[in-house]
Amino acid sequence: MSAVRDNVSRGRPYAVVGARHGKPDALDAMAGLAKYADDIALPRMLHAKILRSPHAHARIRSIDTSAAEAMEGVHAVVVGAEMPTRYGVIPWTPDEQALAADKVRYVGDGVAAVAAVSEDIAIAACKRIVVDYEVLTPLTTPEAALAHPENKIHEANKHGNITKQVQLAFGDVDAQLANADLVIEGHYGFHGSTHAALEPHCSVAHVDGRGLLTVWSATQVPHYLHRELAKVLEVPTHKIRVIQPQVGGAFGGKSEPFDLEFVAAKLAMKTGRPVKCLYTREEVFLAHRGRHPFEMDYKTGFAEDGKILAVDAKSILDGGAYSSFGLVTTYYSGQLLGSPYVFDSYRFDSTRVYTNKPACGPKRGHGSVQPRFAIEVQLDKAARALDIDPIELRRRNFVGENTTTINEFHIGSSGFLECLDLVEQASTWKARHGKLPRGRGLGVAGSTYISGTNYCIYPTDLPQSGVQICLDRSGRVRVFAGTSDIGQGSSTMLAVVAAEELGVHLDDVRVVAADSDLCPVDLGAYSSRITLMAGNACLSAARDLAGKVRQAVAKKWLCQKRDVILADRRAQRLDDPDVWMDITEAFILAEVEFGTMGSTGSYQTPREDVHGEYRGGTIGASPAYSFTAHIAEVSVDEETGDVRVENIWCAHDCGRALSPVLVEGQIEGSVYMGFGETVMEHHHVMPSGLRTDGKRRDSGPGKEGLLAHSSLLDYRMPTTLDTPNLFAGIVEKPDPRGPFGAKEAGEGPLHSVIPAICNAIFDAVGVRVDELPVTPAKILAGLRAQRSGGA
Amino acid sequence: MTVPDAPSPAPVLVTLQLNGEPVSVAVPPHWTLLELLRYRLGLTGTKQGCDKGDCGTCTVRIDGEPQLACLTLAVEVRDRHVETVEGLGVGGEPHPLQEAFARVGAAQCGFCTPGMLMSASAYLDKLTLEDEPVVRREDIAQALAGNLCRCTGYTKILQAVEEVAQVVLDRQRELAESTTEEP
Repeated sequence: MSAVRDNVSRGRPYAVVGARHGKPDALDAMAGLAKYADDIALPRMLHAKILRSPHAHARIRSIDTSAAEAMEGVHAVVVGAEMPTRYGVIPWTPDEQALAADKVRYVGDGVAAVAAVSEDIAIAACKRIVVDYEVLTPLTTPEAALAHPENKIHEANKHGNITKQVQLAFGDVDAQLANADLVIEGHYGFHGSTHAALEPHCSVAHVDGRGLLTVWSATQVPHYLHRELAKVLEVPTHKIRVIQPQVGGAFGGKSEPFDLEFVAAKLAMKTGRPVKCLYTREEVFLAHRGRHPFEMDYKTGFAEDGKILAVDAKSILDGGAYSSFGLVTTYYSGQLLGSPYVFDSYRFDSTRVYTNKPACGPKRGHGSVQPRFAIEVQLDKAARALDIDPIELRRRNFVGENTTTINEFHIGSSGFLECLDLVEQASTWKARHGKLPRGRGLGVAGSTYISGTNYCIYPTDLPQSGVQICLDRSGRVRVFAGTSDIGQGSSTMLAVVAAEELGVHLDDVRVVAADSDLCPVDLGAYSSRITLMAGNACLSAARDLAGKVRQAVAKKWLCQKRDVILADRRAQRLDDPDVWMDITEAFILAEVEFGTMGSTGSYQTPREDVHGEYRGGTIGASPAYSFTAHIAEVSVDEETGDVRVENIWCAHDCGRALSPVLVEGQIEGSVYMGFGETVMEHHHVMPSGLRTDGKRRDSGPGKEGLLAHSSLLDYRMPTTLDTPNLFAGIVEKPDPRGPFGAKEAGEGPLHSVIPAICNAIFDAVGVRVDELPVTPAKILAGLRAQRSGGA
Repeated sequence: MTVPDAPSPAPVLVTLQLNGEPVSVAVPPHWTLLELLRYRLGLTGTKQGCDKGDCGTCTVRIDGEPQLACLTLAVEVRDRHVETVEGLGVGGEPHPLQEAFARVGAAQCGFCTPGMLMSASAYLDKLTLEDEPVVRREDIAQALAGNLCRCTGYTKILQAVEEVAQVVLDRQRELAESTTEEP
């Protein structure tokens, strides 16, 4: 495809791409005009609340809703039996129901829902629903769930409580380990964390005058929501319209359907009135789908020069009550381990286990943040043992460019070495590393991430992304795309691509996004796919239109089409800047010549060398990979065990920064989020009758699986006062697969911040925290062990 | 007929100044200012992120002070002056903070932004050359410590406020210098 060939450079500087612009619609948010789901109010709208299970594991014997239904102001009640179809965002693992029909599997599982004239009445009515539970033994740890395969959390599951196991091997790991000069073994624990987007999930549903069920929802996957609504509600997709309004952050926490969307839709269908369902903050924590807790055993073999000869990784993933994206998470835990390094051999064995806790899923850096922590600390330990500078050790293992990894993923461009150089310089590493006083330390780590996946979640030959563009006689451009802007700026990205190609300003482009009735399909905001995929679709449509405009202008100027360029609201002679016309005139000329100006573009992953030829070889295969390096600087108070992260330097290779200001924002936000989950945050569910203070509850059994924090205060996400100085450095290594060479920027910059902090702590005081999160207690325990001569 | 556990007591009349305009409105006595603004008056710029005083997205200014609308009962703002993000710009022009936030990319999802702007504007309004001859990032961080943001890592938010604060102090300095020059 010529668009792909021309993606990187067209031999002239860009007018919009790479400029330091903000978002064209930013002032709407500033003025409070942007409409989020809960800002929608429709006439006669009802409010829905969901009754949730107080038990972590129980069978539902019966549900009596009569008292709730009898209440004044209550218009409808819905229970799980009315929506029995099982669904799941991954079509191979449909293990969820809109509301639990036969069994509840975590404290917070939805059981019934009420639509009433006010939220107060809906809450009161929920209290009047009588659910008869047969309480079952809860399994709140993977160990317990594996030890009790007879106590199945999902009866239909094949292998006890194992939701997925993946074992893959590349090269001869045992032989390489035997040959290694150094073998590092380590056990690593990664705790759970959650997205905590500031906007709680919210959905509004309404059946319109033409019988179209319209669902507005704070989702980052409107297309998958559309499909699952059709399946569960048994309504054909052409009778459903899904609209994603402005979304107040998501980070993976809104990347699959949730009970509130089914509930609002079903209740709207039952009552004939609009219904809104808004989560409380506690419900957001319960809905979760956050970072999986991992227990990891790693064995890594090195040659004397620091080269990685073998990696043997074993991981247990604590999945929580449902599959969510877990099948993919289990693959990612090993498939994304190698790059940015070369492994001569490696194997992984990952097992995901059901437990009676809120389900885990994809949080920013899905499935690859936990293994990245383990491998990067392993590398740090090796660098110490081999007396090699840890940056140098990483350079020696660099995977390279235009190469294929041992698990058969194609790496195009890579700026990993430049990332290492940049953070090394910015942090003045050479002058300071190893020379800081005790209590202060520097640590480094590196990582890679995908720019979308080569394959859709469900099998299809359809494009992954479609974009439609129309030109207006006033010189304005309209872009229609199914893309989901969740704050990351995907609509700005589309505007940049369109404006660059069509020679208009950013303000001249209106992006209409994420409305299934108005926009072509895009699969959604996950796996860092939109810039590469929708960007290419947009580029293709815009290039087609720009060609026609240039042709029409060339006809008037009696010159060749190639002599006409479009930039800065003008059509201009390439060889004579004094010959130009207003872009509006150019658009009108094109419309006279060709009729109404519209075009579509679509993106489909390349069909050559797209994946490994083995089972699972498609998962983790991406058109292009981003690269990141972090250096963290910490100070550790040896009296209190308190770790203060002072500075974090991050350099990220995003191919081409289409909007550098937005890319910096993605880097800063990623680093912040990774920092938070290293030293402050913990999505913690109480394992067995214990309160957060460690004392036994008086109320006895039945309280296992309670969330230890139901508020943002207890969850402890960092404030302005906690957040370290963040340095965001952009490295540009354009990849021919990306629009203008662009790769992802939204998730990669999170990964290696976590091991960088832990490596810095070791540099500061010689204590390894291999079990996250970092807490003062763990630091003090490490220091005590150090003083008593232990490791 | 009302049921005992579904509170619907008689509404009470609240009169207040809202973004400079007098407003009289009947609200249930247990309603918060946040509910009044969002669900009765349609001023949805003020956001609800946690409903229990943790996140700061509902920050408004009451008689100039930044306050959480979710922890303030509507009846508490009787005869007081409430400012929301909708009232921040003047004469159709965005407030300098709004302009700076937009320019430097201080809003990603935008959900914390209204509350952040209200806290920042309160900080700016108190900024005087006498108390604080230089802009200090720590002071800004302190002023915004009650407003959580999950997208930005605060970097660009602090930068935007710092830039505007610098302009405010520079203007005050110019003013002070021009008045001393003219006896």
